[in-house]
Amino acid sequence: MSASKRLTKELADCTTNSPPGMHISLPDDSNLFKWHVILDGPAGTVYAGGRFGVVVQLHENYPFRSPTVTFATRIYHPNVTNDNLGNICLSVLKPENWKPAVKLVSVLEAVRNLLVEPQPDDPLEARIADEYKNDRKEFEKNARAYVAQYAKGAVNWEKAEAGAAAAAGGATTSTTTNTTSAR
Amino acid sequence: MDTDDDFMSNVSSEEEDMMPDDSDNDLSGDDDFDFDDEPDPDIDMQQDFGQKKKAAYDITFKVYQPQDIQKQQDDLIKEVNMILDINKEEAAILLRHFRWNKERLIEDYMEKPSQVLEAAGLSESSAEAPRLKSIPGFVCDICCEDEEGLQSFALKCGHRYCVDCYRQYLAQKIVEEGEAARIQCPSDDCNLIIDARSLDLLVTQDLTDRYHKLLNRTYVEDRDSLKWCPAPDCQNVVECGIKKKDLTRIVPTVACLCSMRFCFGCPNEDHQPAPCDLVKKWLKKCADDSETANWISANTKECPKCNSTIEKNGGCNHMTCRKCKHEFCWMCMGLWSEHGTSWYNCNRFEEKSGTEARDAQAKSRVSLERYLHYYNRYANHEQSARLDKEMYLKTEKKMVQLQKESGMSWIEVQYLNSASQALQTCRRTLMWTYAFAFYLARNNLTEIFEDNQKDLEMAVESLSEMFEKPVQELADSKLKVDIMDKTSYCNKRRVILLDDTAQNLAEGRWTFNVEFTNPTPISNTKGSSSRR
Ligand SMILES: [Zn+2]
Ligand SMILES: [Zn+2]
Ligand SMILES: [Zn+2]
Ligand SMILES: [Zn+2]
Ligand SMILES: [Zn+2]
Ligand SMILES: [Zn+2]
Repeated sequence: MSASKRLTKELADCTTNSPPGMHISLPDDSNLFKWHVILDGPAGTVYAGGRFGVVVQLHENYPFRSPTVTFATRIYHPNVTNDNLGNICLSVLKPENWKPAVKLVSVLEAVRNLLVEPQPDDPLEARIADEYKNDRKEFEKNARAYVAQYAKGAVNWEKAEAGAAAAAGGATTSTTTNTTSAR
Repeated sequence: MDTDDDFMSNVSSEEEDMMPDDSDNDLSGDDDFDFDDEPDPDIDMQQDFGQKKKAAYDITFKVYQPQDIQKQQDDLIKEVNMILDINKEEAAILLRHFRWNKERLIEDYMEKPSQVLEAAGLSESSAEAPRLKSIPGFVCDICCEDEEGLQSFALKCGHRYCVDCYRQYLAQKIVEEGEAARIQCPSDDCNLIIDARSLDLLVTQDLTDRYHKLLNRTYVEDRDSLKWCPAPDCQNVVECGIKKKDLTRIVPTVACLCSMRFCFGCPNEDHQPAPCDLVKKWLKKCADDSETANWISANTKECPKCNSTIEKNGGCNHMTCRKCKHEFCWMCMGLWSEHGTSWYNCNRFEEKSGTEARDAQAKSRVSLERYLHYYNRYANHEQSARLDKEMYLKTEKKMVQLQKESGMSWIEVQYLNSASQALQTCRRTLMWTYAFAFYLARNNLTEIFEDNQKDLEMAVESLSEMFEKPVQELADSKLKVDIMDKTSYCNKRRVILLDDTAQNLAEGRWTFNVEFTNPTPISNTKGSSSRR
């Protein structure tokens, strides 16, 4: 498989020269197509002090198809869905913008940069984006509360993946998840 | 054969328009295409029909086949290639970037060539023809292969990748994403566009074919004056200069070579005489009210006399109950015999007046009844047209049978084909006359309109009835003559109705009981999924 050589190299580059504030590992050593990344909340942001689990899932046609990147840790952010799925809106990952020469490390850097500089004009959570723009104090308070509640201690990958699997598995389950989180 | 027989079926496209007339096909002057410089869509199509004068509802249009579309692009590309002294691949990319507006491209390019090239995804440095290379020590940055003699390719930007990666990348874009005109260099942050010649060098024939098909699609979709024929298997394109603002005054029906008749102004099939905006309103209303109105379009009704269930299986409205032989009209359920003499209570809705209307509840009932009256007739003709079409498929079989039984030649039985065509076209027109009438405010023009509608409806029903006779009777030469006469008469009545309605529309003489919404922009984008 053509992707293996590339992925082996990418992973080696990341482990020998780990990008700042990120810890990369494979949940299953025999599977290069799923990465676990622990992202430290960037200093000087409301996310500082938090540890955010990020799952990178690669398509079998990677790098010709863009990777899927999701937050395993709940995060209060305009560009990340406020649920157990943790979907991210990132322009580089959209099919029409994706380029096969882009490396995962720069995708991860883009994710990290989203924590430094949220993009409220291209939101996934309109209400949070609105709050970010119009009531920054309230936004910061909520974001910090989420960090304290969800992003301290070890990342719970299983729970996050169960949520993602349920969402992929059936509409009923994911609706339940959504309703629960909305209330 | 009476020339009127085929008057409506060939509209103006087949003969004149499809002649490979080079002077007419010359698209070099972009003015020919510019939406706003186009002369009014008046009628110069009918000259070759000699005695036939132009009809008010006819518009000018042309049908292009795939090779014509290719040639148009090639010609424009060649011209820009010569004027600007750039190669053809670059000319093509620039033209696409400028949505095929050649004049603007040339003007802008003369003024600021490097900005234009940059914006279109081209680089300035002129270079050798694209070719594959194997460079010692090369490592592909996408797949990380480094084997000896690895074939690689780079655009002018110099971002070099192995041929395999390029192929996979292009396949992903073309097959999976349906992209062609704006495929960029695979490198991060490089917006150089891949040209057709490089592509041809890199991929297999089937991908190249797909790629060129996609390019043709963007060519058609980029130009307001071009529209795909919506028939499922048709690759043709229709050109028409109708402007958005004209759509309140004209109903721009065009006809493809495949015989598909459709509206150039909106995404629907032919809907003359009703203007696009009314059609949109009507379809929305029908969708909203479908539950109330659904029962009407049902395929079965009960005999008004003996209550046995009768299924409608032909287009004709003259129903005869199998059980009690009661004859009645499918539309109004009234006695058929009364229709024969005192035509025609069936097409007109008498407004209820006075006391009843004052009561609010009665008022809403009246308005629902009014709607149902028109919807009933609209849906009925729609359904009949469908049944007539099924009948048409049986017609072919009938004709073969008929040839055997009567000794008539294939040519001699073509009158059944003409009759079937006439039925379908006239029903379609009738159907839309009811949507049109629903929005008409009453005045003396309305009376004339309803008379025309009534005449056409009568003729269609009687032709429909003849058409459904058993083959043995059809073989009778007297009936053949009757069918031919009636076919011709139907077509004539349709032309009269359409001509009259279109003339009044063009002159703004109709009064409608609704406001026209701002003319909807002409969308000539064919759903990308359906075209792939
Ligand atoms: Zn490049
Ligand atoms: Zn490669
Ligand atoms: Zn067609
Ligand atoms: Zn229309
Ligand atoms: Zn009966
Ligand atoms: Zn009737």
